Amino acid sequence: MAKSKKAKAEIQTKATWKNAWRRDWQLYLLLLFPLVMVFVFSYAAYPGLRMVFMDYKPAKGYAGSEWVGMATFQKIFSDPDFHRAVRNSVVFNLADLLVGFPMPIILALILNELRYARFKKVSQTILYLPHFLSWAIIGSVALTMFKPSSGLVNVVMMNAGIIEEGIPFLNEKWHWAVTYLLIGVWQGMGWGTILYLAAITGISGELYEAAMIDGANRWKRMWHITLPGIKSTVVTLLIMNLGRVMGSNLERLVAFGNSQVKDFQYQLAVYIYNKGLNNGKFSMGTAVNLFQSLIGLVLVIMSDRIAKKLGEDGLL
Amino acid sequence: MEQVASAGGAHAVNKFRVSDFVMMAVVVILCATCVLPFIHVAAKSISGNTAVMSKAVYFWPKDITLDAFKRVFGDESMTYSMLFSVGITLIFTVLGMLVCTCAAYPLSKKRLKGKQAFTFVMMVPMYFGAGIIPAYLLYQDLHILDTMWVLILPLIYSPYNMLIMKNFFQSTIPDSLEESAFLDGASNIQILWKIVLPLSKPILATLSLFYAVGRWNSYADNMYYTRSADLKMIQYKLYQLVASATEAQTASLADTGGASQAAPEVLQAASIMFVTVPIIIIYPFLQKYFVQGTMIGAVKG
Repeated sequence: MAKSKKAKAEIQTKATWKNAWRRDWQLYLLLLFPLVMVFVFSYAAYPGLRMVFMDYKPAKGYAGSEWVGMATFQKIFSDPDFHRAVRNSVVFNLADLLVGFPMPIILALILNELRYARFKKVSQTILYLPHFLSWAIIGSVALTMFKPSSGLVNVVMMNAGIIEEGIPFLNEKWHWAVTYLLIGVWQGMGWGTILYLAAITGISGELYEAAMIDGANRWKRMWHITLPGIKSTVVTLLIMNLGRVMGSNLERLVAFGNSQVKDFQYQLAVYIYNKGLNNGKFSMGTAVNLFQSLIGLVLVIMSDRIAKKLGEDGLL
Repeated sequence: MEQVASAGGAHAVNKFRVSDFVMMAVVVILCATCVLPFIHVAAKSISGNTAVMSKAVYFWPKDITLDAFKRVFGDESMTYSMLFSVGITLIFTVLGMLVCTCAAYPLSKKRLKGKQAFTFVMMVPMYFGAGIIPAYLLYQDLHILDTMWVLILPLIYSPYNMLIMKNFFQSTIPDSLEESAFLDGASNIQILWKIVLPLSKPILATLSLFYAVGRWNSYADNMYYTRSADLKMIQYKLYQLVASATEAQTASLADTGGASQAAPEVLQAASIMFVTVPIIIIYPFLQKYFVQGTMIGAVKG
């Protein structure tokens, strides 16, 4: 039955365009709207990429600006700001991955072991909260909490006599780096558990029963049953995250930005926005943007290959 | 052995152990980090200036007053931004769902000739974009730069949402149902409208919320493509408010921030609450739809 259906579908796909149109013209008509949108607002921007080979001047436009070959790339590769932006982006993204990736896995394992269903449900709802908030909100609450002199965290610690002077959590670059990363982990940890918890639900209860008859305690069950059970989800998500090592999120960066931490806050998105868009260095900004997207694309394709080699579902 | 006999499944052991306690404690602490900051800001926002200035407000308000909120609600630019955000989000969600359905339904049909090529064309923008500067110049040519449409049109087609909807159609709507309707003489659009969409209410709800919350929370495009004050959505407004306050404080840090800074602190807390409370109230009802959408999105198309 299933086979004959498949065969039928194949035959229909092989129909001539004329027949396909006669049968499905309404579907093609529906498709027209999204196609127009995607061409007008996405594809139409691609030709603009030619400005990376130009010295684009906003006043002169594409037609009037001069072609300069690879000069723009030479310029960005010898630009210290660019080096700083690349270094910061890569270092912060890797650090994000290192501390941020394991956290949802650990949290999912813990949530799965919780004994009271109601307690589990309420805590899940609370832990999901940061996912629904904008970086503007998270940033402004964080600034309120971590102000050196009047932020709650410093006030409490000073009152308890743990510290004498307020810690500049968001006002000194090294402290900022740690705070920025931890807030990122905090923001993603609750929501990140969802796919792991779903994978855990898929593990057969019989495995646990058998393990218990064999005398395996909770930690052994976690280690030998739960973790292997979610391995493929872990691998897939890890690979997906590796593909984002060059990315940078302007909203998150500006929400925590201030003039004292520019040294570390200056990542690729900031470079493109400040130097490219705001200071009119359009060609350089676009070249950096292109550099970033191309590396991102290559990383995603490589990740997909690796995932498939490891026998997991790919991403593409 | 008695232990095993007494219960089933993964959580069979009845005794409450130290490890149970430790795990609950960890979860409680993590939950506290999600809740306490907002309680603190809320307490500050309805406290008196002097109490906040003397750092006496923790999680409970002192000298309760609604002055700061009166000022926030009295500030026309704040209420305007809020209403503007609501309006943009509504238009965005409706148009987004429309374009998403128009793409997902045809592409979910196995028999559609050219399906693979169309799908490819529709997915490319997810993996490779031209970048913000070519987009900026494109929007300039389209005359939507610095208008409300630049906050709506470029983002209403979302490859990710389209994929989720397409996956849903393919996995949930039985082909036989549509075939029989087809044999009864129903057209493709009638089938979509009368059979498929009524059966897809859960995914329609989920994706509408994805669109709405996504639009509501983002402000990068607001930074890139608009200049006018009357095009500031509420998140961007909040960001600018806090950023300028922080810079002002940083600048005056040397000359020991005086009394003049306390008032802005309460006002700032009230502004944060003004923007945060709406989403805190509704997100518990949204999360189930979000979980569902994320699951469908995780299955590749």
